[in-house]
Amino acid sequence: MSATHDAPRNFEMLERAFRELLIEAGVVTDAEIDARVEYMHARTPALGAKVVARAWFDPAFKARLLADGSAAVRELGIEVGALKLVVVENTPEVHNLIVCTLCSCYPRMLLGMAPDWYKSIAYRSRAVREPRAVLEEFGVRLDPGTTVRVHDSTADMRYLVLPERPRGSEGLTEAECAALVGRDAMIGTALAGA
Amino acid sequence: MNPRFAPGQAVVVAARESAGHVRTPRYVRGKRGVVERVCGVFRNPEELAAGNRDATRQPLYRVRFAQRELWPAYAGPTGDTVDVELYEHWLEDGR
Repeated sequence: MSATHDAPRNFEMLERAFRELLIEAGVVTDAEIDARVEYMHARTPALGAKVVARAWFDPAFKARLLADGSAAVRELGIEVGALKLVVVENTPEVHNLIVCTLCSCYPRMLLGMAPDWYKSIAYRSRAVREPRAVLEEFGVRLDPGTTVRVHDSTADMRYLVLPERPRGSEGLTEAECAALVGRDAMIGTALAGA
Repeated sequence: MNPRFAPGQAVVVAARESAGHVRTPRYVRGKRGVVERVCGVFRNPEELAAGNRDATRQPLYRVRFAQRELWPAYAGPTGDTVDVELYEHWLEDGR
C-alpha cells in the first residue's frame, strides 16, 4: 500500500510550500499561523459538553440556546466567529443527526477536530439516506416511534445536538453531568451517558 | 435584502446542472421541501469560490425534506426528514 503511504507526505510538502509562499508574500505571518494552530488545539468536546450541561440545568439558557446558538454560547465565553451555531434538541419524540455531505463542516469551535469517520464517504453518503441503519451501527437503538431528523451542514450554519439528559443523573452536579456528554452525543451518533 | 420565502412555505429546488463550487447537493435538486427557517443573508459561495470578493449576497434557508421525497424507497417512518441549507437562487415557489 505504498500509494496510501505516500499521499500524506505529498500533501505535507504541498502545505509547507504553500505556507512558506504565503509568509514570503506577506499574506500571513508565522506567528499568526502558530496562534491559529494553538487555538484549534485548545478546542475540545469539553466545551460542547459544558454548553449541554448548562442547558440541562438552566431552562432559560436552554431556550436562548435553541433560539440563537451563537449568542447563547457567547454568554459562556465561547466565540463562534462568522459562522452561526444552530442547536437541535433531542427529545423522546425526535432524534437529531448531523452530517456534512459536501465536505466535512463541523462545529470545531465547540468540539475541536472532527473524527475521521465523520469525514468518510461512507458516513457522508449514508447518513442522509439510511440514518437509522447508521445509528444502529453506532449502537444507538431508537424507539420505532422516534422521528429521525438529519441535518446536512451544507453552508454557513454549524450544528450541535443537545442530547437528552440520561436517566439516573438527577443527583449529579452540572460538572458531573458535563462529564457524561461525549463528542458523539453532540453529533447524534451516540446518547449522553452511553 | 428581503427573503422571498417565509418559514412554512413550500419550495422546490432548481433541477439545473452546475459547474464549479456549489453548495446545493445533487440529491435535493428538483425535490420539494418546506422552509424550516431563514438563516440570514450571506455572500454567494459560488462567486466567492471563483475569487470574487464582492460576491452578491443571498438569503440562506434551512429547507426540510421528507425522506420519502428524497429517496422513494426509504424504509423508515414517513415522518423522518433531512434539513439542508440552501441559498435563495436555488429555490423556486413550490405552491
